[in-house]
Amino acid sequence: MTRLLWAALAASFTLPAAPPVVIQNARVLTVTRGSFTGAVLVKDGKIAEAAEKVMIPPGARVIDAGGQYLMPGIIDCHSHIAADSINEGAVSVSSMTGIEDVLNPDDISIYRALAGGVTTANILHGSANSIGGKCIVIKTRWGSAAEGLKFKGAMPGIKFALGENPKRRGMDDGPAGSRRNLRYPGTRMGVEDVIREAFTEAKAYQARWKEYEAGKARGETLIPPRRDLKLEPLVEVLEGKRFVHAHCYRADEILMLLRVADEFGFKIRTLQHVLEGYKVAREIAAHGAGASTFSDWWSYKVEAYDAIPYNAAIMVRKGVLVSLNSDSAELMRRLNTEAAKTMKYGGLTETEALSLITINPAKQLKIDDRVGSIEVGKDADLVLFDKHPLSSFAKVQKVFIDGALYFDRDRDLSERQLLQLKKKKLLEQEKQSAPQQKKQDRRPQ
Amino acid sequence: MKPVALWIAAAVLSAAADNSFLIRGAAVYPVSSPAIENASLLVLDGRVAAVGPKIAAPKGVRVIDGKGLRVYPGMIDSATEVGMSEIGAVGVTNDVRELGDFKPQLRAGIAVNPSSEHIPVIRANGITAAMAVPDGGVIAGQASLMRLDGWTWEEMAVKLDAALHLNFPAIAARRNTPFSEAKREYNRDLKQLDEYLEQARRYQTARKAAGPGFRTNLQFEAMLPLLEGKVPLMVTAVREREIKAAVEWAEKQKLRLVLSEVRKPGAMLAELKAKNIPVILGPVQDLPLDHDDPYDAAFTLPAELYKAGVRFAFGSFGNQFSRNLPYQAATAVAFGLPYEEGLKSVTLYPAEIWGVSAEMGSIEKAKWADLMVTDGDPLEVKTQVRRLFIKGREVDLESKHTRLYKKYLARP
Repeated sequence: MTRLLWAALAASFTLPAAPPVVIQNARVLTVTRGSFTGAVLVKDGKIAEAAEKVMIPPGARVIDAGGQYLMPGIIDCHSHIAADSINEGAVSVSSMTGIEDVLNPDDISIYRALAGGVTTANILHGSANSIGGKCIVIKTRWGSAAEGLKFKGAMPGIKFALGENPKRRGMDDGPAGSRRNLRYPGTRMGVEDVIREAFTEAKAYQARWKEYEAGKARGETLIPPRRDLKLEPLVEVLEGKRFVHAHCYRADEILMLLRVADEFGFKIRTLQHVLEGYKVAREIAAHGAGASTFSDWWSYKVEAYDAIPYNAAIMVRKGVLVSLNSDSAELMRRLNTEAAKTMKYGGLTETEALSLITINPAKQLKIDDRVGSIEVGKDADLVLFDKHPLSSFAKVQKVFIDGALYFDRDRDLSERQLLQLKKKKLLEQEKQSAPQQKKQDRRPQ
Repeated sequence: MKPVALWIAAAVLSAAADNSFLIRGAAVYPVSSPAIENASLLVLDGRVAAVGPKIAAPKGVRVIDGKGLRVYPGMIDSATEVGMSEIGAVGVTNDVRELGDFKPQLRAGIAVNPSSEHIPVIRANGITAAMAVPDGGVIAGQASLMRLDGWTWEEMAVKLDAALHLNFPAIAARRNTPFSEAKREYNRDLKQLDEYLEQARRYQTARKAAGPGFRTNLQFEAMLPLLEGKVPLMVTAVREREIKAAVEWAEKQKLRLVLSEVRKPGAMLAELKAKNIPVILGPVQDLPLDHDDPYDAAFTLPAELYKAGVRFAFGSFGNQFSRNLPYQAATAVAFGLPYEEGLKSVTLYPAEIWGVSAEMGSIEKAKWADLMVTDGDPLEVKTQVRRLFIKGREVDLESKHTRLYKKYLARP
């Protein structure tokens, strides 16, 4: 009751709407509807108009882009920023855990990603388990609390992992000391088994609940089944309410997972990394899975030894929905030139290359009705580059999320000195207060 | 140096040699001098014989149409593990880090596997030479400058002892140790280093004296070129405090320095300029070192060094991203480094720093023809390298990656 009252109060006291913003004289790369020189009108956080000429509403803030390049906010389909921890490695199935519970809005990586043009990111659990924890899609709203980072309305996800990472804890070929505390699985065979066992359990659990609901509907008095937080997310996967994002490398394990999913009647939403995806692109396309890969990583482990920078291009040509991701707080800041590499390796067009970091990951995360291109009605998540974003020399100038300016290079540059002064002051304060603190330091009894 | 006329005469005899050719109608970017549009470049017996608007092909020398193409000197990566490491996570394929603290006798070049799959991958993007740098311990070993073509490491080696690699002791590296203890360990390491140098000098003296009972010591033998100033010390020092300590120490020891992996030089920049100490930077595409550094700290560092007048070149510090060396330069250019400087930092400057600029690093008469032929600006990601020459010999651009590409693109 109180909560309802608060909700009603909050709704009636929403902040006054921000004035409309017009970004004009820009080279607009819509990604889905070609490119033009013109303007974008932003109203209430949404793209209201995108055309060669737009009417400037009274009171609008006008930004002259000076011929610079405006593109939709970049989407990273695989990241671990803004998370306090990412791996629960003690169990083979850790679907009861979730990144949502450990979101850290103070992670400086959020700001750095923003400064690289990233406005949306899929924050995944780590790859220590065959079935890992739940994932969450965020917008890089630097300065918000954890709740404010969340991409409201995005489909929830869960991480799966195949190959070397999930089996590492089960391999007994390490040095003597590491052979203790082995955890199943230790082979790719075991990884498949763990997933099949889990979904067999999940199906039984789903059936128990269905039986209970049916009985209840018939008016019977029944004890509900005991809730299982590990199996619940898997039932959601079976019912198409939660997306599977599966870390994988080798062609054999990719095919294995597609067949397991077929067997249990669910879909793999995205294959992550999927460095040998080019070997089974036909099968991936047939299953309808998306592929989110690196541009040119290879050779860091055996399962990455057949990785080639042509992977994205081959999969695109064979009909797979492909995106490029970073999996790295560093690489995340330059996905634009990562996309350019697919033009070099495999000859994708400019639009195809840009799609890999905008509309394609948006489709993979099923948020393409909201983000991923410059279209009327979509969220005003926009990035202004000084040069064409596929150029090695391009720099992000401004980033908007929901129409609000979240990154401005000029502002960043002008605030640097001030931040240095603040830091100096804090350090001095700390020095002065340090001895005092010692005196006051009383240990609890 | 032979006069060109003599060369041409000699070349007529060996006209069938595959290391002589003429590229016609290309834009030639010598790097050491302004670009020449619609130019010809004559290579005879593997060396640059002439560059100019119109050069006739000597009899029997093959002519390559360079229309629409650009010719640049091949790039040099100043810090890699090329050929020394095949698969990062598989220990047995790595030969970068040897046991022990002081091992100047180790030579990286002899552990460079000429059949490594990395070599064709890296050179396909225009990189024709790379420093193979050993790591681990204090004095890690001899870094070798290798050409990325050859049947054996011997054929690849430009300079096996291009530098001695030293990891300068750092307090910052001891993260999980209390400061007082870290300081004690640091002082101990410095003392050990001093003592090692002292022993090497005594060995040098004893060797000269060649008295009875003198016995050869391979470690100290390997220190002689350093003590004689023939080889520089490549010193990894990241922060201002370490850089300051390393520079002061090297001055006291009268050693020639090349600093490496410099990230936060602070007030030491002026000092590096004054003492003419060059720096190997990289990777440029990296996160800031500290949480409160500007987001672009690693991107702007090259421009800061340039403004301070410090000489530098880029390294990729690994294997898999060596092919992205030109993009490090590009990022530096995007964040304030003049374009020409960016290009020189991956060609001429590394050649100067490693003491091989008489042989490579630019397109100049009598230098080896280590050349990349591109369809655009090599610092731009989209640009393709169309041809590659090492010592004037055309090198295959195929690699494991292109082979798998063709195979699986054709899968029905």
